[in-house]
Amino acid sequence: MTDPLVVELSRLQFAATAMYHFLFVPLTLGLSILVATMESVYVMTGRAIWRKATLFWGTLFGINFAVGVSTGIVMEFQFGMNWSYYSHYVGDVFGAPLAIEGLMAFFLEATFIGLFFFGWDRLRPVAHLTVTWLMALGANFSALWILIANGWIQNPVGSAFNPDTMRMEVTDFMAVLFNPTAQAKFVHTVSAGYVTGAVFVLAISAFYLLNERHVEMAKRSMVVAASFGLAAALSVVVLGDESGYVATEHQKMKIAAMEAMYETEPAPAALTLFAIPGADGRPTYEVKFPFILGLITTRSLDRDLPGITELTEIAAGRIANGINAYKALEVIKQDKTNAAARAEFAATQADLGYALLLKKYRPDVENATGEEIAQAALDTVPDVWPLFWSFRLMVGIGFFFIAFFGLWFWKASRHTLTSSPLLLRIGLFTLPLPWLAAEAGWLIAEYGRQPWAVEGVLPTFYAASGLHVWDLIISLAFFVTVYTVLAIVMVWLMLRVVKHGPAERTALDNEPVPATAFPEPAE
Amino acid sequence: MSALPLDYETLRLIWWALLGTLLIGFAIMGGMDLGMGALLPFVARNDEERRVILNLSGPTWEGNQVWLVLGGGAIFAAWPAIYAASFSGFYIAMIAILLALILRPVGFKFRSKVDNPTWRSVWDWGLFIGGFVPSVVFGVAVGNLFLGAPFRLDDTLRVSYEGNFFGLLTPFALLAGLVSLAMLLTQGASVIAARTQGEIADRARTYGRWAALATAVLFVLGGVIALYVLSGYRITSAIDVGGPSNPLGKTVVVEAGAWASNYTTMPWTMAAPIVAVLGSLLAYVALTIRAHVLAILASSLAILGIIATAGLSLYPFLMPSSIDPVSSLTVWDASSSQLTLFIMLGVTLLFLPIILLYTAWVFRVMRGPVTTASLHRNPNAY
Repeated sequence: MTDPLVVELSRLQFAATAMYHFLFVPLTLGLSILVATMESVYVMTGRAIWRKATLFWGTLFGINFAVGVSTGIVMEFQFGMNWSYYSHYVGDVFGAPLAIEGLMAFFLEATFIGLFFFGWDRLRPVAHLTVTWLMALGANFSALWILIANGWIQNPVGSAFNPDTMRMEVTDFMAVLFNPTAQAKFVHTVSAGYVTGAVFVLAISAFYLLNERHVEMAKRSMVVAASFGLAAALSVVVLGDESGYVATEHQKMKIAAMEAMYETEPAPAALTLFAIPGADGRPTYEVKFPFILGLITTRSLDRDLPGITELTEIAAGRIANGINAYKALEVIKQDKTNAAARAEFAATQADLGYALLLKKYRPDVENATGEEIAQAALDTVPDVWPLFWSFRLMVGIGFFFIAFFGLWFWKASRHTLTSSPLLLRIGLFTLPLPWLAAEAGWLIAEYGRQPWAVEGVLPTFYAASGLHVWDLIISLAFFVTVYTVLAIVMVWLMLRVVKHGPAERTALDNEPVPATAFPEPAE
Repeated sequence: MSALPLDYETLRLIWWALLGTLLIGFAIMGGMDLGMGALLPFVARNDEERRVILNLSGPTWEGNQVWLVLGGGAIFAAWPAIYAASFSGFYIAMIAILLALILRPVGFKFRSKVDNPTWRSVWDWGLFIGGFVPSVVFGVAVGNLFLGAPFRLDDTLRVSYEGNFFGLLTPFALLAGLVSLAMLLTQGASVIAARTQGEIADRARTYGRWAALATAVLFVLGGVIALYVLSGYRITSAIDVGGPSNPLGKTVVVEAGAWASNYTTMPWTMAAPIVAVLGSLLAYVALTIRAHVLAILASSLAILGIIATAGLSLYPFLMPSSIDPVSSLTVWDASSSQLTLFIMLGVTLLFLPIILLYTAWVFRVMRGPVTTASLHRNPNAY
């Protein structure tokens, strides 16, 4: 067993590096599409102002992308470095989508991003536009495969434990691919990225309009951001709801914890808008909306939503059953041909992961006491209050964005973008909100999965590498230092680029303008 | 899984070869940029010259690095046991590589955005570290595979490790690190010589010739030590080439000369070290007579020969264990399931040709010499 302090430090490191990486991913997703959209307008209209906008937002995209790549490699390597038992245990299933991500998506994105920056004077406009779209496509495919991998650890379908190799192996690859959890997560996450990109463009454009600088480019950017943002904000909420519905099927405990719902709610469950934790950690002073939660999570009026207490009892039953699987596995290890043990294992293996929860209390799981089983069942409850508040923060920001982009869309269609300095200021100061929502969403998804590394299959504490505390101290100190420096330098550079504004003239101005597909609009 | 059209043994062999292909792909493609990074402060002595190198490497280095990302992903998917044991076992070495890999993207992107000599000099050295450190550490890691790593597996196949970072730095491993450095310097220098003009190209040729000679000499020295001085590993029990991936069922002995055994039982494998030596010598000659494209090809051949030599010498071992030889991971007991290997082979055969096609197109678009004049044409130049 791994030193508990090493496990805690490994978790801290993974959480910190993942949350840090996820500062850059949503912006890459959104900004890549926005830049490609602006360049499309440039190629269609042949107007240099759109190329200026493309180059300007492209520069910011490039700075963000560089840090995203730097931190993404860390994420890939950390599975093997810090979670080696996880890597052995689920690599057969989880490794495949990561490798396909490299083959199908990241290669595309990384190869064409070079040409996006360096191909301006070497490619005809349509060819360059194609490169830009391929780069954006690569970024979005990347998210698809990463979320197929992530969807599997939330809802491990299409796989079974093989007692001969002591690990999970793929049984049905199509099920892994078309995992409903992965699909719901992909569209939700990608839309959240689009919202982030739209807010980023809108906020910086608002800054320019407030200062009456680069007005022409800022206005055009704002129109693109407002319409794109409105569509994205609507889908992020609708598709987030799909995520909730899928989670109800497969991660009931996460939903119950998010709602601080200790007792089972009779159908249709009410949605808690607000609550205060009491002395025992349970909610008091709840403000509830009747029916809503039941509708969102079960899409019905007659299905009960199980509470934490009931789910803990179910977990205790699964632990007891999992002990049988564990015992059968011990027999198979000694006697590979024991048919009775294999039959017993096949019947009980779905709960093997629950028995592994007992490893925290004793190495000889088969001798666990009732008390230890009860304790391990309680371990299946994630930290309720961080999830409860993160969820409310995320949803609140999500709804705010619908109103926010709705307003800007309306103003854009009325050509009154600059009419209110107050609104422009609000636009500017909205900048941090999508990141808050994205990080909150990440916290709900991954912290809400605890104590599992793979839901119901592999406990987190059991998945860590057997490193020494000093290894972790060195690596944590390293990441904290390097990432802090990177963050400071990156923000400073971005501010510099924003302050400097788009280049008024570039060498490209001497290049011929593309033949326009559409005549220039009269203004 | 007998329904699959390829048996488990064949799939394992193919994935062993594919792993080698990806590593060779990374060393050839990513090696150009690592080599150029490590040469940056020496070949290019002022800001304009350094910008020439950066803009030579700049448009394609991100794509080239994906060979490494893909290599990592492929080890995870096809050889999960190797992924688990090596990445955690070489933990601090991996952190050093990560430091380098973090410095590179931001170094490229950030350096020329600010016109300040100190700022630029700091990032130049960052880019040097980003090229130099991985070049050496990858070689040190391979050297340690010959020596065996101090890990063992328990009956749940959990890996535990009894070594530390400094234990990796043995003389043989450092020699392997130097071979790796020399071969990537040759590669980087050949590319600089081919695509720049004037003094930069002259300096690159000088460094490249020395590096090519060093590659040949150090490689031969390392080969002699590996074959005649080091003890190798040998499987003594019957091998079930189609059996489940569980290393604990075999017996392994450590014996002198075992790393030479494949060359006697399969003499065709001698082709790999011969290609390695001839490739580096040809790179030397080509740089001397200023045949730069030939130099890149020869240096790439040397890389292929060197990595193939390492793989063939160790075969069928992938990662031997020095403290518990039974735990050694081999081609026959460290792979993914037959189904995963099969699916991943299909995906690879579909996408790898597409990747090669568009990579070739991008290199074609970006062809031609990089000069100080060309820097001013592109508003996005580094």
